[in-house]
Amino acid sequence: MGNGDKGGAGMTVAETIKEITRKHLLEHHGVALGQCLTAVGWVGGTVPELTEEQGLIELSMADVSGGYIAVGLALAGRRPIYIVRYQGFQWFNCPGVINYAAKAKDMWGYSCPMFVRSIAMDGAIGPVASGSHHSLFARMPGIAVAAPMTPNEYRQVWDYFTAHDEVVYASEHRRSFGIDYEMHNIIRPDSDITLFAISSTRLEAMKAAKRLWEEGRIRCNLIHLLWLKPFLVTDVMRKSLADSSFGGLIIDGDFENGTAKHIAFDLMQQTGKTMHVLGLEERAAGFAEQCDNLPPTAEKIYAHVKRIVKK
Amino acid sequence: MRSSDCGITERLIETCAKVHIGEKDEILSVFRNMCRIRYFELQVKYAFDTGGMKKMPIYLSVGQESVTSALAAVYKEPYIFAQHRGHDVYLAYGGDERALADELLQRSTGCAGGMGGSASIHSPKISMFGHDGHMGTQVPISVGFALGLQKKGEGKVLSIMGDASAEEDYVLGAMGYAARKQLPVLFVCMDNGLSILTEVSVRRNWNMVDVARAFGMPAIEITDDPWLIMWHAFLMQGQLPAFINIHTVRHLWHNGTGCDGPPEWDRFAMTKETMKSLGYGKEIRAIEKETKRHMELLWETAIKEVPA
Repeated sequence: MGNGDKGGAGMTVAETIKEITRKHLLEHHGVALGQCLTAVGWVGGTVPELTEEQGLIELSMADVSGGYIAVGLALAGRRPIYIVRYQGFQWFNCPGVINYAAKAKDMWGYSCPMFVRSIAMDGAIGPVASGSHHSLFARMPGIAVAAPMTPNEYRQVWDYFTAHDEVVYASEHRRSFGIDYEMHNIIRPDSDITLFAISSTRLEAMKAAKRLWEEGRIRCNLIHLLWLKPFLVTDVMRKSLADSSFGGLIIDGDFENGTAKHIAFDLMQQTGKTMHVLGLEERAAGFAEQCDNLPPTAEKIYAHVKRIVKK
Repeated sequence: MRSSDCGITERLIETCAKVHIGEKDEILSVFRNMCRIRYFELQVKYAFDTGGMKKMPIYLSVGQESVTSALAAVYKEPYIFAQHRGHDVYLAYGGDERALADELLQRSTGCAGGMGGSASIHSPKISMFGHDGHMGTQVPISVGFALGLQKKGEGKVLSIMGDASAEEDYVLGAMGYAARKQLPVLFVCMDNGLSILTEVSVRRNWNMVDVARAFGMPAIEITDDPWLIMWHAFLMQGQLPAFINIHTVRHLWHNGTGCDGPPEWDRFAMTKETMKSLGYGKEIRAIEKETKRHMELLWETAIKEVPA
């Protein structure tokens, strides 16, 4: 279980999402919509087995219009949970969210609150469906972006949504669905480097940090990043970087030219420390194992840190 | 199919009168709205051409006044989703004239606080939602809104597109979904036959009425005669979702105030002729004169009165 511990209710992330959705639909007149929600598995066990009358709406397979239909439901006051089963599909689904819902308050003074569940997956699923694509959203105004990996983090993101009239983008990862524990930062005063890990790379970063110490005597601090936008540089981050001789490394499951570099820039500006990034390689992912383009593994993080920290 | 008399039957006005559509008070009210739109827009053109307002993209509705004026008379109090050329919708349904003028004058007192310009206007007073500037997006948004209404069991939606927007894949997908879910939306295509200057026939070999019918909703292709529009909108509001393709004529450029020559037809003038033949000549002359003067004063005042 690494450096985690059991979360509050003892539920997995999948069970937490399912429970949140059930309550939203049955108790708060909300809706959840997406494609193939009622197919085998109910989106990895995250969707409650409810009916359209109860607010669980199956969309047609027209991705672009589906995004705008979700926007319309938001305008009608239904606070939709818009479920996109693969983050890569967002390239079709995002226009309405980004260009209408996120801009509505600035443009016309009315809010268009919607919760976008965007689910990443990787490994032998090819160039379209692989990886996280939260950078696509994080670069635009009017939207909050988070990448929850634990039950309590998910609740935190949901609570933010219920307390605000905003668009919230939850960059989920299938690897989180079975997680029933919380993850804590590793902070020590004499570190060599601070790792800032996002989404599923957090699981790999924990393994890498352990191995780096055991095999290389490299001390890694590890900070788990939940909120990608707005991104706030905290005192813990500042202190950790101040204590890290070789600066920091942002690890992401999206391409490096996005959120990872934005965050690295903010941290570098505020601390003056050298920042590095590690994400998907700058190439398309293929289906065959040797052609895949996976988020950084523990092995890859280990090797990358070894190159930065020349011990 | 495209013509100034597409869909008009010989006894249209008598048919409408039988069910109390387009009788004197109502048709005079439709004409008043047509005048509001035409003379508002001509004042915009004047201000634009003479330096009374700053240059920006501007989408005028001159020539298309009858469509929204007729719709507003029979399809009452809908939630409205219009597109970039939306001054006519806003005015026909009772949007605040001065707030629209201020919006076009790029002021914070404008209906969208200066953010919307000509293309992205809105009005909470008439339940008209803003348009984001991407062609046709109002259609799937309107469908989602109607889906939300359906769950509440209240209200109806007006979704207006142009013949170019109708070609967007997400418009077609959304209309198909509306038909499947039997949503309370009246889809109206204001078909001026042009995308900027590219004619419909160059862009596609299908027509929207066939598509809408294939989706399973009632659909009709008509010209922009106000009685004809009122008649079909009246019939179709009991059969939603439904689609009306209305051939109309944009007299000025797609964007801006220029003109490429005489229009194919001028429904405003044709409507006046019909109304004169019905014996309303005196009334319409008075309405036109009064509305023209009202819009001149409105714009004169708006341009002079720079807010603090």
